[in-house]
Amino acid sequence: MLRQTEGSAAVAETVALCRPEVVCAYPISPQTHIVEGLADLVRAGTLEPCEYMMVESEFAAMSVCIGASAAGARAYTATASQGLLYMAEALYNASGLGLPIVMTVANRAIGAPINIWNDHSDAMSQRDSGWLQLYAETNQEAVDLHVQAFRIAEQLSLPVMVCMDGFVLTHAYERIDLPTRSQVDSFLPPFEPRQVLDPADPMTIGAMVGPEAFAEVKYLAHAKQMQALDVIPAVAEEFESAFGRPSGGLIRGYRADDAETVVVALGSVLGTIEDTIDAMREEGVSIGALAIKSFRPFPLEEVRTALAGAKRVVVLEKALAVGVGGIVAANVRMALSGLQMHGYTVIAGLGGRAITGPSLRRLFAEAVADRLEPLSFLDMDWGRVEAELERMADSGRSGPHAENMLREIGIVAGGSH
Amino acid sequence: MTEPTETEAGKRDQRVRFYQVGSHVVGNRLLDPEQRTVQARMDRSNTLTSGHRACRGCGEALGARYVLDAAMRASEGKLVAANATGCLEVFSTPFPESSWQLPWIHSLFGNAPAVASGVAAALRAKGRDDIRVVGQGGDGGTVDIGFGCLSGMFERNDDVLYVCYDNEAYMNTGVQRSGATPPAARTANTKPIGEHPGNVFGQGKDMPRIAMAHGIPYVATATVAEPHDLERKVEAAMSLRGARYIHVFVPCPLGWGAEPRDTIKLARLVKETGLFPVFEASDGEVTGVSRIRRRTPVEEYLRPQRRYAHLFGEHPRPDIVERLQAIADRNIREYGLLGDGSEEEAGW
Amino acid sequence: MFEVRIHGRGGQGVVTAAELLSVAAFDEGRHAQAFPSFGSERMGAPVVSFCRFADAPIRTREPVAEPDALIVQDPTLLHQVDLFNGLGPDGYLLLNSSRRFEELGLGEFATGFRPERLLAVPAGEIARRHLGRPLANAALLGGFAALTGALKLSSVLAAIRERFPGRSGEANVAAAEDCFSQVEESIGRVSRA
Repeated sequence: MLRQTEGSAAVAETVALCRPEVVCAYPISPQTHIVEGLADLVRAGTLEPCEYMMVESEFAAMSVCIGASAAGARAYTATASQGLLYMAEALYNASGLGLPIVMTVANRAIGAPINIWNDHSDAMSQRDSGWLQLYAETNQEAVDLHVQAFRIAEQLSLPVMVCMDGFVLTHAYERIDLPTRSQVDSFLPPFEPRQVLDPADPMTIGAMVGPEAFAEVKYLAHAKQMQALDVIPAVAEEFESAFGRPSGGLIRGYRADDAETVVVALGSVLGTIEDTIDAMREEGVSIGALAIKSFRPFPLEEVRTALAGAKRVVVLEKALAVGVGGIVAANVRMALSGLQMHGYTVIAGLGGRAITGPSLRRLFAEAVADRLEPLSFLDMDWGRVEAELERMADSGRSGPHAENMLREIGIVAGGSH
Repeated sequence: MTEPTETEAGKRDQRVRFYQVGSHVVGNRLLDPEQRTVQARMDRSNTLTSGHRACRGCGEALGARYVLDAAMRASEGKLVAANATGCLEVFSTPFPESSWQLPWIHSLFGNAPAVASGVAAALRAKGRDDIRVVGQGGDGGTVDIGFGCLSGMFERNDDVLYVCYDNEAYMNTGVQRSGATPPAARTANTKPIGEHPGNVFGQGKDMPRIAMAHGIPYVATATVAEPHDLERKVEAAMSLRGARYIHVFVPCPLGWGAEPRDTIKLARLVKETGLFPVFEASDGEVTGVSRIRRRTPVEEYLRPQRRYAHLFGEHPRPDIVERLQAIADRNIREYGLLGDGSEEEAGW
Repeated sequence: MFEVRIHGRGGQGVVTAAELLSVAAFDEGRHAQAFPSFGSERMGAPVVSFCRFADAPIRTREPVAEPDALIVQDPTLLHQVDLFNGLGPDGYLLLNSSRRFEELGLGEFATGFRPERLLAVPAGEIARRHLGRPLANAALLGGFAALTGALKLSSVLAAIRERFPGRSGEANVAAAEDCFSQVEESIGRVSRA
């Protein structure tokens, strides 16, 4: 049913339709509207049977999900940024134990300095945790991916993270076609666990595994992610025929087939990128985009096939691997190993800095002219950076970087968008 | 302590006092079958079965067996356990073996209470709250790293019985100090070097009282020296719903430098000295204490443990022993551990 | 595509205003997008929200840099925050104030624009009359409909009723209608001038 509604609200309603039996809630911006929405649905009796647990930390949230999932219940939680880090140990535990938990990550930057706005640092920091990572471009896709996520997770016995840009998507009102209860019930069968804590058939879950067997057990997580490379597109295809619209999958090209320059990105920025590409195509520039939907597993073959014909690839990413550069770019490069082409990594949008059409226009023009550095930072104020580096070099007690810069800027935040 | 039963010959008029009821010496053979411990029964679940790799004389293995067999009996075998990382988890599940005969999950060090809460929530959602949940861990996993999750479980009154097996240090990693390590104890990072008395005074958490402060339905302390008492408390806990906490004192021969054969004796002595008050509480208030039978000076308890050897020997520290005695005396006063002398000696 | 930027302070319903515009556009069968530019919950801090609507699906997610219309809910932001950034000479400006542009120090600024598209309206007072409080966001949306004609008043009112059921909704609707009439009248005067 078509509605104009907030992304978070739509996700909450859709998750409720997926019939989770245990929902864990610990608040963190910008996911709060999702867990609040679910609380209301449980209280109103719309989502039942469901135990809504208000836990004392994100670590507890994921731990409660682990217990619930191991006891055979469909379990769900949501977090972002610091919260995702706080549950890092539990993330690895959940994937190692093969528990099909689904979690929304409302992508947000990681401090210090503390910042509540959108970038991909959080999910990227957990890319090796064994969780699947699916990225939504729009709120419609965010809604759709949650339905698919439960299917994929339970089929593979692996946990899945649905990533949606914090504030940019979570707090945006847009037109969304919300699935109906019967649609979701047809698509998502009841949870049939591979392992379950059941007095009628007791088993031990979580034993210590030494050098003699660890590697094999660990490899199984990787093997399952390799299976996911088939399961994800299969589920997406089934979703499309059941719900009548494409969403999810591994990758999606936009005017990329014949493009000399292809821009690779994840998440909501692709909307602005596509608008820019259309404008440049009008002017005869051969440019296209490649959306990566599934970051884990990383679709090496599909990315290679999609980019093989390009002369240059620009990876635009919202996270920084401090000390080396790009994260997505490194994965893309792996997909393209052996192929000759120009590769550019552009770090953009950190801490919620807006990625504007005009900025992208300038950036792509530079890329097409091969005037970009291999690693560049979009809209970086180099003056401020230099000033602070000088301050550090000059005196021993130069002060905290963030505060120094903010003092230089003047008024904090007001109106700067 | 028991009254002799009537026989066909008529009433006896002599009272027999059994001090070691429940040990292999007396209670189980001379008691009515119904009064025997679960451990004395042929049909006990043997939830933690043999073959595990615990040290000789491990108090925790004993405690876990006592607690879970009693809990299994109370729940008619419908029980799930969530276990923190630690000695119990490690020695009970050496891959590919497991000595657990109930559904059992180990997740992380600090989340056993939360995992248990999750299991309980799932069972309730599925309409199966006839299946009961136990969370368990050592003192490190309970009092330190698991503290936040435990407090959350208490605060929400989740339907879980959480049991802490307290051997007063992080044993599995090599005997490091925890928030439950008593003052003056030597551990790997509280060695009595120079003037340092081992673990310092004025630190540590009184976990049972913290549990009580949450106002949960049931809190109790117990030791492995008194299985009747421990089992009764487990039974009492299992008869209730909501968050319940039992803190069990379990000697660790290896970590304490004690003889494996002294495990039960040390557990008895810690109670008889007053250093470890054995009591029960409901909804935040103490409802009963297990009285000291023979008041014992702390020194008798301390000497058999090499973790306290620095208090004796070449450079003795009677001043520290005195401070420990003061702690014991204070417990006796505050909990009324000697009673007022007029009552019958009660309980087992 | 029609792009709106709304300025105000936390607690004044700036975000809600943008959302209501998007719902109004949706009710007219158009595609619409509304989102805020703010952070932690805090009363009194400057807040900006954006709304775009169009007949085709909207893909871009960047903030509205070149608004077709600006709504300023709190005049104390004038001269404090760069409110007018990106407003073109054909842009609309609806300012919540009982004072005139000249009195607000905007006389010279206003000369760069089309006079019938710049308006100060006492939306706070209108709101106070109908709601008992100077919560001007709904009133200003009525004024917006009149000033720009970009959305129908009926769509705006339907969106308000949907969000605020019952008496509160009707009071906000009345405020919006009142503001709509006042703005219509003012524009009429300007056009005739």
